Amino acid sequence: MSKIKEITTPLSPEVIASLKCGDMVCITGSIYTGRDAAHQRMMDMLAAGCDMPFDFTGNIIFYAGPTPAPPGMATGSIGPTTAGRMDAFAPELIAHGLRIMIGKGLRNNAVKQAITDHSGIYFAGVGGIAALMSQCVKNVEVVAFEDLGTEAIRRLEVERLPVIVAIDNKGNDIYNRNGT
Amino acid sequence: MREIHVNDIAAKVAELCIKACVVVAPDIRKYMQQALPTERGTARQILADMLENHDVAMRQRMPICQDTGLVVVFLDVGQDVHIVGGIIEDAVNAGVRHGYKEGYLRKSVVGDPIRRANTKDNTPAVIHYTIVPGDSLKITVCPKGFGSENMSRLAMLVPVDGIDGVKAFVLETVTAADSNACPPIVVGVGIGGTFDYAANMAKRALLRKIGTRHHDPYWADVEAGLLARINATGIGPAGFGGRTTAMAVHINTHATHIAGLPVAVNLGCHVNRHEEAVL
Repeated sequence: MSKIKEITTPLSPEVIASLKCGDMVCITGSIYTGRDAAHQRMMDMLAAGCDMPFDFTGNIIFYAGPTPAPPGMATGSIGPTTAGRMDAFAPELIAHGLRIMIGKGLRNNAVKQAITDHSGIYFAGVGGIAALMSQCVKNVEVVAFEDLGTEAIRRLEVERLPVIVAIDNKGNDIYNRNGT
Repeated sequence: MREIHVNDIAAKVAELCIKACVVVAPDIRKYMQQALPTERGTARQILADMLENHDVAMRQRMPICQDTGLVVVFLDVGQDVHIVGGIIEDAVNAGVRHGYKEGYLRKSVVGDPIRRANTKDNTPAVIHYTIVPGDSLKITVCPKGFGSENMSRLAMLVPVDGIDGVKAFVLETVTAADSNACPPIVVGVGIGGTFDYAANMAKRALLRKIGTRHHDPYWADVEAGLLARINATGIGPAGFGGRTTAMAVHINTHATHIAGLPVAVNLGCHVNRHEEAVL
């Protein structure tokens, strides 16, 4: 097993370029949740010429919708949802400055192309270990679309959130087992 | 005729929703503990993380997975039972509403599939009723996550496709699902019946305990063969490679039409939640 790489947000283009498909990475700093409904809203906002709910530069979108936080806890259980559902939106967001995504599972060719064209990166987390992953979340604040409940955009302060580089900026894909 | 009050049904459904989402079933834990030493590197680490996740969830009374699912409820109603005090469907939904609030479980249900407003209490449940002999009521609560549900498929094969066609369709479904279904998965297969009944059988197949053999040796062999082939795909835990891709293949069959061979494949993720109780 390769050594775990520690990175802190926001991520510079140099840090993104230094990470290779299959690297195990721990992320510390602010990351932003956003899944299906929030993506639809961001697309509508782009079409209307509005600013995005957070600055995309060097920042990470985490495809996730947590369970409600019990009293006294920063968050409930949280983990990545299937990234493929966001494939319909990702190339457009990447064209508008988004570079870094965390989800789980396969991405389509259009997303891979956008990642290589813009030197982005797609991290995959392990789905279904959300109680364990929640231990990395120290603070949570809703930043947009509160009415969407679990699908709102939240800023998470995380410490050593474990992910794997699934698609690096050269387009190498961890799920492409025949090609690697 | 035995009377069962709707309040008892609601209370039991609430309890089962929370338990299913927080406590991993012993058969899954046992499977993962046994699979752990057979893997190396990343695959081994991920199985270890999954086991640690079970411990954290249990210790902190938190959901194992943030996708606490759309609740599927199987009610096996004894024909000598009389439900009193209200409407059984309302009781089930009251139980779901209560369980998802008290358990701090995620509200993942939209009321209309296109307009998509969240119902905010995780109702309504999908309920399957079966009338069975006896005077008891068996409640099975299955909070179904959609990472795996979305990768499930159904095919109306024809008789000439035979067992090879069935096997090819199951393998194709698992391969297409890849990491999206959250492996190691449980593969529920319904073969025969009609379009709708095949899907129902596939869902019920997910309820069988991991490690149990099909009662019919023919189908037990098919299950074992498919499991070996699925675990040879290399998908592995979380899809990052390895030999632990599926924990089990469970097949249910039913009589079918002379012209047909329906096959449904319902995938369950590595937590494959379900809890049952008898009133």
